Parts: sequence; C-alpha cells; structure tokens
Amino acid sequence: MTGAGRHVLEVEGITKTFPGVVANRSVSFDLAEGEIHCLLGENGAGKTTLMNIVFGLYRPDEGTVRVRGEEVSFSSSADAIAAGIGMVHQHFQLVPTLTVLENVVLGAETVRHGVLELASARRTLADLSDRYGLPVDPDALVGDLSVGIRQRVELLKALYRDADILILDEPTAVLTPGEVDEFLSTVRELVGMGKSIVFITHKLREVSQVADRITVLRNGEVVGRTTPAETSEEELAAMMVGRQVSFTVDVGTSDPGEVVLEVSGLVVDDNRGHAAVRDCSFAVRAGEIFGIAGVEGNGQRELVEALAGMRPVVAGDVRLRGRSLLGLDPRRIAELGVGHIPEDRTRHGLIGAFSVADNLVLNRYHRPPFARGLVRRRSEVTAHAEELVATFDIRTPGVDVPAAQLSGGNQQKVVVARELSRPLEVLLVAQPTRGLDVGSIEFIHRRLVEIRDRGTAVVLVSAELDEVLALADTVGVLYRGRIVASMPAAEADRHRVGLLMATGSEAA
Amino acid sequence: MTAPSLRRRFVAVDRVRALGAIYVVFGLVLLMRVAPALPDDPERFLFGTGPDALAWTFRPSTTTVVIASALVTFGALALVRSGRLVSGGLVLGGVLAVVMLLVASLALSPNKSTNLVPLFIQSLRLGSPIALGALAGMWSERSGVVNIGIEGMMLAGAGIGFVAYALLNGGAGGLPLYVAVLVAVAAGGLFAALHSLMSVTLGTDQIVSGVAVNLLAIGLTSFLRSQVLVPLNADSATTLPELSIPGLSSLPIIGDLFSAKPIFFLTFVAFGASAFVLTRTRWGLRVRSVGENPHAAETLGVDVMRVRYQAVILGGCIAGLAGAQFSLETVGSFDDLMTNGTGFIALAALIFGKWRPWPVLAGSMFFGFARALGVRIQLLNVEVAGFPLPSQFLQAVPYVVTMVVLAGAIGRAIPPAAIGRPYRRPG
Ligand SMILES: Nc1ncnc2c1ncn2[C@@H]1O[C@H](COP(=O)(O)OP(=O)(O)OP(=O)(O)O)[C@@H](O)[C@H]1O
Ligand SMILES: [Mg+2]
Repeated sequence: MTGAGRHVLEVEGITKTFPGVVANRSVSFDLAEGEIHCLLGENGAGKTTLMNIVFGLYRPDEGTVRVRGEEVSFSSSADAIAAGIGMVHQHFQLVPTLTVLENVVLGAETVRHGVLELASARRTLADLSDRYGLPVDPDALVGDLSVGIRQRVELLKALYRDADILILDEPTAVLTPGEVDEFLSTVRELVGMGKSIVFITHKLREVSQVADRITVLRNGEVVGRTTPAETSEEELAAMMVGRQVSFTVDVGTSDPGEVVLEVSGLVVDDNRGHAAVRDCSFAVRAGEIFGIAGVEGNGQRELVEALAGMRPVVAGDVRLRGRSLLGLDPRRIAELGVGHIPEDRTRHGLIGAFSVADNLVLNRYHRPPFARGLVRRRSEVTAHAEELVATFDIRTPGVDVPAAQLSGGNQQKVVVARELSRPLEVLLVAQPTRGLDVGSIEFIHRRLVEIRDRGTAVVLVSAELDEVLALADTVGVLYRGRIVASMPAAEADRHRVGLLMATGSEAA
Repeated sequence: MTAPSLRRRFVAVDRVRALGAIYVVFGLVLLMRVAPALPDDPERFLFGTGPDALAWTFRPSTTTVVIASALVTFGALALVRSGRLVSGGLVLGGVLAVVMLLVASLALSPNKSTNLVPLFIQSLRLGSPIALGALAGMWSERSGVVNIGIEGMMLAGAGIGFVAYALLNGGAGGLPLYVAVLVAVAAGGLFAALHSLMSVTLGTDQIVSGVAVNLLAIGLTSFLRSQVLVPLNADSATTLPELSIPGLSSLPIIGDLFSAKPIFFLTFVAFGASAFVLTRTRWGLRVRSVGENPHAAETLGVDVMRVRYQAVILGGCIAGLAGAQFSLETVGSFDDLMTNGTGFIALAALIFGKWRPWPVLAGSMFFGFARALGVRIQLLNVEVAGFPLPSQFLQAVPYVVTMVVLAGAIGRAIPPAAIGRPYRRPG
C-alpha cells in the first residue's frame, strides 16, 4: 500500500439538508493520490449523500469541493466525469433493457456523424476486462445478469470513462466471499495503477484489509479519523453506532418440531429458460433455521422465487404442512403464512414511490385492521408504521416519506420489518443483512433467532458463509441447483462447507 | 412487485388458452351453423384485372369447412399448449378468420368475385397515416413521455399547414404546397414542444397535458378554419402530385403500389430512418436509456430533460407530417376534426407493436387493413336473408377480428419502464 501523495480530492465544511433531515453537517474529508480511503458509518449516516455531492448529483447547501487543488462546482455528473471522477453507486444505475456494452458507453459514446461506433468501444471494454480481471459478455442484456456481474459492469463503466478518482459505494455488499476477495485485489491493483479510491463499506474485515485511512460518519457528522494500524474492528464498530456491538449473536439451542416445509424434486428455470434448480429436495422443521450455503448463481435466486410463488415450477413439489403450494400466486402463498425477504429489495421488496408506512403493510393493506371492506384505514397504517420504525430503528424523517428517499440500509430494514412483524409458518430470507451496518446486523440476527424460537421454519439464503454458519441449525449446500449435502450446524465447519460449495462433493 | 418477465409467463398461460377456446368455439359454430347455411354459388378471388389476372375459384361451403377445421385444430393445440407451434397456429388462425370474413361476405353478396390487390394496396394507403402517428408516439414514449396528444398534433399539422397553403397562393400548388408541408411539420413540433413544456419541465400529469394539447388543437384549427379558410373560400386545393417509381410501378399485378403520393412513400423512409436512429446512434441510445432508467442516465451525465424534449418534439414533427397527409396530400381542403381519431388508433398500433419500429409499422398496417376491409365489405352489399347488414356493423367487424388476433397472438406489451413519470433532478 502506498503512502499519501498530494490530495486529489478535498471536501470542506459540507452541509446538506433534506426535508426533515440533516444528511451532512459540516463534513470535511480528503483523498490523497493513490490511497484507499474508507468511509464508514451506520445506515443513514450520510455517506452516500456526501459522495453524491462530490459526484455532482446533489448540490451542497454549504461547503466546498476541490479536485486536484482546484475548487469545483459541478452542476451535473457530466462535470464530475469530465474531472476524472467515477462512481459505482450503491443502487445500480443500469438500464436493464440495454446490453452491457450499451450501458458502458452510455453518456461517453464514440460516434462518427452521430452513429455509434461500438466496434472500438467493444475493444476498449475487452481490454479493460482483461487488464482488471473483470470478464463480462458485452452483448448480454443487463436485466438478465446476476447482481455480482452487474457490479462488474458498474465498475467497468467508471473505468471506461478513465476515472482516476473512484468512489465505490458499498461495492462488496452484493458479492460472495470469493468475489469479494477478487474484488479487493482488483481494487488494490487499481490503486497500483495510480487511481485514488473512496471505499464505502459496512464490512469491517474489508476495511482492515484495504484501507490506508478511515473516516467515520455518524448522524451526518465526522466522528473519527483513523488508520487500520491504530484501531480494531470493535473500536470501529463502536465509533460507528455509538455503543458496543457484539459480532456474534448467541443463537442458543433450537428445538425443532415437525416438518413444515417440504421441497421435493424441484426443477425451476431461470429467465432464459435453462434449468437453474435441478431436482432439489429438502425439508425444514418448525423452529429450525435451514441455512443454504452456496456460491451465488447456483440457483439460490430461482429457488427462493419459486418457493415464494414468483416463478413457475417446472417439476417437483413444494408442500406447506402437507399442502401443495404449486400454482398459487405470491399473495395467496403469503397469506398462508409464508414470509419473504427478497434478495433485490429495490425490485421485489419495495415500491420506492410509496410511503414508508404503505410499504410496511404491502402484503396486508387490504385486510383488517388496515382496511375495512374496501376502505383503507390510514390511522391504523400509520400507527403500525410508527411502531415498526421504532422497534427496527428505521432512520426516516417520518412514515409518510417515499421509501426511495431512505438510505440503502434503512430501505432493507423496512422490508425486514414488514415480514417479521406478522405470525409466520415459514420465512424465506435471502441476503437479509446485505448493506446493513454492524449494529443492524446484530439486531436482525437476533430477530431471526427469535422468530425461530417462536416456531417458524426459516429458510436462510446468504452469500455470507459466516452468516449461514452463525445462524443455521442445519446447513444445506446448494451446488448447481441441487442440495448436495445437508448437515447439523455442529458438523458444518468452514472448510468442509467451502469444499462442498466449490466442488459439490467432499472428495477433493 | 413481481418482475415483469416472471409475471408475463403466468399471464401467457391464460391468454393463450383463452384465445384457443375462442378459436375452438368459433370453429365449431362455423362448422355446424355457418357452413350449411351459406349460399353455395362458386366465388372468385381475383388478383389484378384484365384477362391475365390470377384468379382462385372455390365453393364457400368447402372452404368454410376447411377453415373451420383448421381453427378448431389450432385452438385445441393452444388449449393443451402442446408443441412449439402454438403461437404460430394462433396467428395463422387469425389470418384464416379474416379470409373467412371475406368468403362469407362474398357468399352473402350479389357479387361473386372480388379483386384483392386493390384491397391490399388500400390497406397500406389507409395504414400510412396511422403508422406515422404511431411513429410519433414511439419517439415520445420511448423517451418516457406518454403522448395521447398525437391526435391533436396531427390535427394542428393538417389545419395550420393548410391555412399556410391557402394564404401563400390560395391552394394553387407548386412550391407553396411544399412550404405548407413544412409548416405542418413545424406546427406538429410546436404542439409537441407545448406538451414537453407541460409534462417535462412543469411536471404536469402527462395524460392531462396530452388532453390539453388535443383540445387546444381542436379549438385553434376550427377557429382558423372559420376565420381564414372560409373567407378565402379555400376548399378545393391542388394536392401533392402522384409519383411513380420507374420500373417498379410497371410491374404486373402489384405495380399500382408504386404509384403514390410523396408522404405515403415518406412513411416507409421515416420508419427505416427511425429504426436506424433508435438502435444505432448516440442520440437513439440516450432516448432509450432515458425512457427506461432516467436516474442511471443522469449519473452518466445525460441531460434527461433535454433528450425528452428532443424526442417529444421529433415525434410532434412526424405527427405534423401525418396531418399534412390528410389536408395537403389526400383531400385538398381542411375540415374540423379531419383526422377523425387516427391519432388514437395510432396509439393502439404503438402498443401492439410494443414500441418497436418495425412491429409498430406492421401493427399500423393491420389497422389499415381493417379499415380497407370494412369499406370493401360495405361495397359488396352483404345481405342476410334479404336484409342488408348495417354499415357500422360491417365497419366494426374487421376491427374486432384484428383486436382479438393482435391481443391474443402478440400478448402482453411491456412499456418503457419510466413512462409517464416526470423526472426531477435529485438534491
Ligand atoms: N434524495 C433524498 N431525499 C430526502 N432524504 C434523503 C435523500 N437522500 C438521502 N436522504 C436522507 O439522508 C440521510 C443520509 O442518507 P445516505 O443515503 O447518505 O446514508 P448512508 O450513509 O449512505 O446509509 P446506508 O449505509 O444505509 O447506505 C438519510 O436519513 C436519508 O433518509
Ligand atoms: Mg448509502
């Protein structure tokens, strides 16, 4: 890791208010040439807001931004891009109906007489892919890609524009552990090639791996500046959330009852019509957390969507207490007591334009007490929302603001709060703590254990092997669409599960 | 909350089965009720005129039985969803249903032969303004702006263009005629600029803004007609001249297709150019991105509002051209409400074409065909048990068939994702 050169980016005294919240209060921050500067802070601390200001998307109320010593006042991100700044956004900024190549060139197209010259762009993209180890299929539709690959496209977009100041807003939140390692080495390589990087993350392990310097935000203010050598993960966590955080939740002992959810011989296609889940069978008992470990892209998404009724089942059966769920629509399945915390919260979990309160009753808005006959009852909805906002510590100026205005982590909490706040037979959870700060992760883990202890059968899919190992009572390994092994938590150690995830068998 | 791609698969099951059931029932009715009841004199479909014209002679009863059996088969296949031929069968069945309509009309008409080539050519002629209107809508909506103001933009083009023509030289043709066409194009663009001012800049609901454009166009053109055209007595102007494409226009049978007026030919040029610009140019890429995910486009430095303005105004210009087709190319005068709902049919064609240029053109021509067929059936003096059928009914039937076929065989259309939502810059 290189030491600090001159400052390529300096932010001074930035204040930014939104109706009802001060997102940044007099924040100062700088980035030295060739360094990785980690920006930490709990959900809603103001990290994204600060970086959106640097990237020209928001205008600050007060304060200055200097790039390579010169004061700038960007009126759009076009100006920031021209100044050599690239940003990978926390919520992907991709056009799903366009191809990878089209997404990459958009806004920076090479043209002859206005006609796109995609051939040269294709070569440049291939070069970048090679150089940084970021393979993509330039002609794939972005809408068909997994989140991991979309992340790659986002990074390539910034590199394609020759950015030398890179802002990475929670880039690893959606990656699998293997992908994270790869990504971190890409990031180090980028720095080696002279780029300077602002790195936002909630994963403290990554911070100690890559950071040169660390700045911590809380409630819109800088509460600490440090380096990995001077601090520890515990200290950082405490600095972020303002209290001591325990990293491991005491899961206690489970007391599984009868089988609630039974999946047998399930076959499910992916969006392109290829079998993604192949002959998958497992059973989950009441009061048990069944953790599914597996490298992303082995059918997790399709499996969960099929169980939730969002994707047609090609063959096999899904039974809830003996009753087949095949052919029921998602709403009916939810009404039978199946909760679902989806992987892609902005697409399947939330309606951004609806208020927080409405999002919190999205699966029940039409039933009592939230509606009487055809008439909705506002006051009930609001009271319910206020209660959940308090219990789940959702940081929002009010329950009436559109959900899209919440910080990323707080949007996730809205989805989790909605699903955990009603009695459930089965809870399907995919990546429940993606993008959450350490304090919230602790909180949600506790809630999952709690709901298990109340007798719900929990299916937990997570790209974080640690999360699966920490919470699951039974660990199943999903490999190429099939549960290749399933074992009690006591027998599941990192090494054994890792091998199964990678090869599908225990014989190395 | 369900991704469109997932939901579509569920809906598809119902749609295909429903259409299959309709086909089976319709086929059985044909077999058991219609085939025995139709007068059975031989009929002839002609292709072209004169002694060397191709002709196909057949008996209504046998033809009906054949078509009916095919419909039952295709319908049954769709019902059990077997094989990959389901949607192909449904489309073919739709075509057969249209043929059946003609067969039945001929059987019930005192005429026993009809020439299909003019019917085909007439379809394209009547489809052309619909297609231009739909293309106008495509540009606007691909950029994310709903445009139900196409009708108004067309009317403005027709009216203002013709007023300019009348004022320039009283409708005597020549250069002023072409200038008037340009005025019509500009008038459409101007009304579109108004639409974008309201819906893009001011964030007015796009439907409301479109309705406002329509009402304004009706009022303004009717005012201009009574104040300018009536005093000038301009009601039988020289229209755009007919062009013949050398070579092609002397082909046998279909030669007539290549003798037509300029805006008719321009329709096809406009579609070719639009398809190219939309898919192959920088601006086209930006239009698509802005209509699907304006936030993403904004983060890449694309000026969302500007692109939307440009796309809506380009659409308006095309609508203006469609308007000129009515007053300056076809009729040679201007009447109130002259465009007669074409702009709305264009919107339907736009949806059937799923907002993509070539399918939109095809959808428009389907509607053109429905219009032409309605006219043709009327000319045949169809009688049932000695009573003529009402002409409104005859005009409506082809539309119904077209709608069923298009809706059923083409399925759910997914609009541009950001359509209808005003874009606000964040922060
Ligand atoms: N466009 C907006 N309109 C209104 N409020 C906003 C907007 N963007 C952010 N906020 C508010 O500003 C605060 C800071 O949000 P920000 O997205 O910067 O948090 P963050 O640190 O990135 O959190 P996370 O880790 O959850 O992504 C939050 O309270 C959020 O609700
Ligand atoms: Mg954020």
